[in-house]
Amino acid sequence: MIPSDRKYIDSHEWIKIEGDLAVIGITDYAQDSLGDITFVELPAVDTEVTKGGECCVIESVKAASDVYSPLSGVIAEVNSTLEAEPEKINASPYEEGWVFKLKNLDTAEVDSLMDSAAYEKFLETCE
Amino acid sequence: MSYIANTANEQKEMLKACGLSSIDALFEDIPERLKPKSFNIPHGKSELEVSATIEKMASRNYSHLTSFLGGGFYDHFIPAAIDALASRGEFYTAYTPYQPELSQGTLQSIYEYQTDICRLTGMEVSNASVYDGGTALYEACQMAINATGRNRIIIDGGVNPIYRKMIHTHTLNLSIELCEVAVTHGQGDREKIFEALNKDTAAMIVQNPNFFGVIDDHSDIVNKCHSMGILVIQSTYPVALALIKTPGEIGADIATGDGQSLGIPLSFGGPYLGFMATRKKLARKMPGRISGLTMDTQGREGFVLTLQAREQHIRREKATSNICTNQALCALRANIYLSLLGKEGLKETARLCLNKALYMKERLKAIPNIKVYEDLPVFNEFVIRLPMDAGELAGMMIDRGFAAGFPLGRYYPGMENYLLVAVTEKRTKHDIDLFAETLEDALCQ
Amino acid sequence: MSIIFKKSVPGRRGVRLPKCDVPASTEIPEKYRRLSDAPLVELSEIDVVRHFTELSLKNYGVDTNFYPLGSCTMKYNPKVTEKLAGMEGFASLHPLLPQLRHGDLLTQGALAALYDLEHLLREICGMDAFTLQPMAGAHGELTAMMIFAAYHNKKGNKKSEVLIPDESHGTNPSSAAIAGYEVKPVPTNRETGALDLEALRQKIGEQTAALMLTNPNTLGIFNSDVDKITEIAHKYDAQVYYDGANLNAVLGKFRPGDADFDAVHVNLHKTFGTPHGGGGPGSGPVGVKKHLVDFLPISRIVKRDDATYALDYNYPDSIGYIAPFYGNFSVCLKAYIYILLLGAEGLIEVSENAVLNANYILHSLKKEYDVPYLRTCMHECVLSAKKQVENGVHALDIAKALIDRGFHPPTTYFPLIVKEALMIEPTETESKETLDAFISAMKDIAEKAASNPDELHKAPVTTPVSRLDETLAVKSMNLVFPLDVNE
Repeated sequence: MIPSDRKYIDSHEWIKIEGDLAVIGITDYAQDSLGDITFVELPAVDTEVTKGGECCVIESVKAASDVYSPLSGVIAEVNSTLEAEPEKINASPYEEGWVFKLKNLDTAEVDSLMDSAAYEKFLETCE
Repeated sequence: MSYIANTANEQKEMLKACGLSSIDALFEDIPERLKPKSFNIPHGKSELEVSATIEKMASRNYSHLTSFLGGGFYDHFIPAAIDALASRGEFYTAYTPYQPELSQGTLQSIYEYQTDICRLTGMEVSNASVYDGGTALYEACQMAINATGRNRIIIDGGVNPIYRKMIHTHTLNLSIELCEVAVTHGQGDREKIFEALNKDTAAMIVQNPNFFGVIDDHSDIVNKCHSMGILVIQSTYPVALALIKTPGEIGADIATGDGQSLGIPLSFGGPYLGFMATRKKLARKMPGRISGLTMDTQGREGFVLTLQAREQHIRREKATSNICTNQALCALRANIYLSLLGKEGLKETARLCLNKALYMKERLKAIPNIKVYEDLPVFNEFVIRLPMDAGELAGMMIDRGFAAGFPLGRYYPGMENYLLVAVTEKRTKHDIDLFAETLEDALCQ
Repeated sequence: MSIIFKKSVPGRRGVRLPKCDVPASTEIPEKYRRLSDAPLVELSEIDVVRHFTELSLKNYGVDTNFYPLGSCTMKYNPKVTEKLAGMEGFASLHPLLPQLRHGDLLTQGALAALYDLEHLLREICGMDAFTLQPMAGAHGELTAMMIFAAYHNKKGNKKSEVLIPDESHGTNPSSAAIAGYEVKPVPTNRETGALDLEALRQKIGEQTAALMLTNPNTLGIFNSDVDKITEIAHKYDAQVYYDGANLNAVLGKFRPGDADFDAVHVNLHKTFGTPHGGGGPGSGPVGVKKHLVDFLPISRIVKRDDATYALDYNYPDSIGYIAPFYGNFSVCLKAYIYILLLGAEGLIEVSENAVLNANYILHSLKKEYDVPYLRTCMHECVLSAKKQVENGVHALDIAKALIDRGFHPPTTYFPLIVKEALMIEPTETESKETLDAFISAMKDIAEKAASNPDELHKAPVTTPVSRLDETLAVKSMNLVFPLDVNE
């Protein structure tokens, strides 16, 4: 069930490389642990982000989760449909529920991410 | 008297059920070395004895003075129904409505309070209240900083000096730059304010009526601030809002103030009620509890605490604020007060304040050697200049049965001869006439 | 649902005000005037009284029945405290009076009560000085963190972190953050339920400004090593803070000052019997040791040689103003009256009975419910719904089922380190028959969890509303009654 066309990090974000952009979202596991998502605070386009830095917040009724940028770069685009329909992340975490896109990537950073098999293994260690 | 129901026999039975031989066994986790070095507290007394002690203490307070003391905290009339309703144990002895099914009374009252505050201030959303008006103002600064990503706050010198001191303390350890702009001629100095605004400025704080009682139209400040992406926070006096331009009407982004004047006794400084209201787009940046309408499993309407993901039990160190409760009982009092007074009653109260204050102003103006400071439009409070130290005069008036007002020298160096005088609907023409005569007499001595 | 705004009838009045006895010709100049009237309700006094009486009947307080909400100390609040605090001599006292020249002489009764209360709290906690100004527990935490920051700044200490156990209240980390510190969690020892000393030794260092501890902690467990913890912290000049949330367990049994805590806050609304008011007002006085006295907020109450009381603002190292005046005065006054009523023996009885009641519940329910830390508890016990979860019944379902059986539920899902937690704090004022009735309700629920879990999922059914949709509440953001519905 974990798409093999992308990479992962241990804070449960996925990264899909599309040309010179990286599309970023949260995994099915992450959306499931949050529950009904009610609000997404999206980052501003053109903001510079660093690897591991907090760049947006996803809220459910009982929890709020920081989204950590898996890569350094600059915010190229955000999924503004999430402002009105944050539940898209619950319904389609890997497709329609993508959160933001990054440009100005560092390819060395991309190579160091987990692939789907490694993430699947990592999930077994999570409760 | 310790209000414990269980008898010694029942305690024994319970210990036995726990498999313990004595009360001491319950405390065996506390080692000998950690036992109290002393516990020198007087013996307990009966309700009758303690009542006598406390009544004697109450009689040592000068609560009988005819008071013209305001400074942001006012002696307004409190209808008896407020005490009768707010002291019902179902409200009084409940806690934060964590279990909405058992707390629809508190939750609905908060929702109605939020609505009242919005209707009074002309804003779109309100929280369930914070500790007091000063805390509300500090929390509004934090909101503005979070919303703009900037860290400079400009404060008009007409903002209550106690609130300015509170903001100063609360921001001491944070990278926030505070800049105060002194008042000239009793009003916010537009030239100096506009000069202080820059691209790092998160918010401009103004107060209406200001600490000198002067009413203003801050629309020009709002326009200028908004053109630079700066938020405007207006601290205000809820009774005055029945008559004066509201924060909503001037386009302010956050309205705050103390709700003490809405049916809450002065009680020597608290508990009071800090209200906060804002625009819809800033709702998620607002700290504190908020009650919202929703549906139950059977499609019936009901209320819950909502937007909790902003709060510290979920966000911990990243929360919008560390405040985890509201002044629910004070908010309930304000809700009952505004329901009893209603649309006409609040307006009539405000008109009485306004007319009596203006009558007082004319009476004092007529006294030789007294000048009204910067004779500007006011609501129920104004400043006079005396031919002597205002503190000394206030002392002389206490001997004559009056709390004459607040001497400004304490917070405004150079204004030692100035006195801030407030009049509420509780003062009669007779009180005012007698005060004016006594004051004139005192000045002659 | 009967919202008050729907009941409004144009022309109705609830309060009659005196006729204006001065010339009533003044208007606010147009430039400054409100454009349209504030659309408040129009109702008679009886309309208002009936409305709020109806609301009160949809509420539940300690006066209604048992309220074992863990961590909140929902004890009985003696009625006499309300009556005395409401006396004219206190209620109508203007807070600026003592700031007039010789004004403190006008408020000697109020200042005496505050001064005495400060001294009683000192003795109860073993501290050197108190401020009554913080207006809630969380405000007390913040005040103490600001005092610590002032202390470190004055000494030139470079400190950046505050250590907080993972079982702590959520306000601890947010208070530390507002005081400008980064928060680092310290794990709880999963065997003992107390702070892990080894983990503490690893985390602490020169960068540590403070350590915030609750003892007994939120698991209801007293940490016998607290003096060792303060000793470790003091090696790095880290200040140790005692969160007094659970002080009701140890009155006359343990004083944080004796274990070298540097600062403490107490919740007057919990331990000292003042009403919780539906969420506030509270009061969170802060006590400190000698080395921190100069940093306390102003004003401070002093006793002069002639036995009169005065407010003193002359403390140049003070953190300044954290409240507009002297704290939530009437809450302080009620707590003062409460301590006078109980006295030393009464306070000791409070803790003994609070702890006895909690242990009685723990032992009566240990077969039916999982007990993550089975040992003598203090004033509250933490159970877990782990066994019931096997049948699909969660802590939340148990809480709701208790409502149908006439009880306020315990705290659920806290502390965070216990899964499916049910945190029960009975307090000392509850009688054995009340506890027995609660215990039998809990046993009945455990039985139903096995035999008929669906019934518990539907609870509560006896309340004016059933379970509410919190997701809908967040999404629809209906926070204010709209104007156009009744106008």
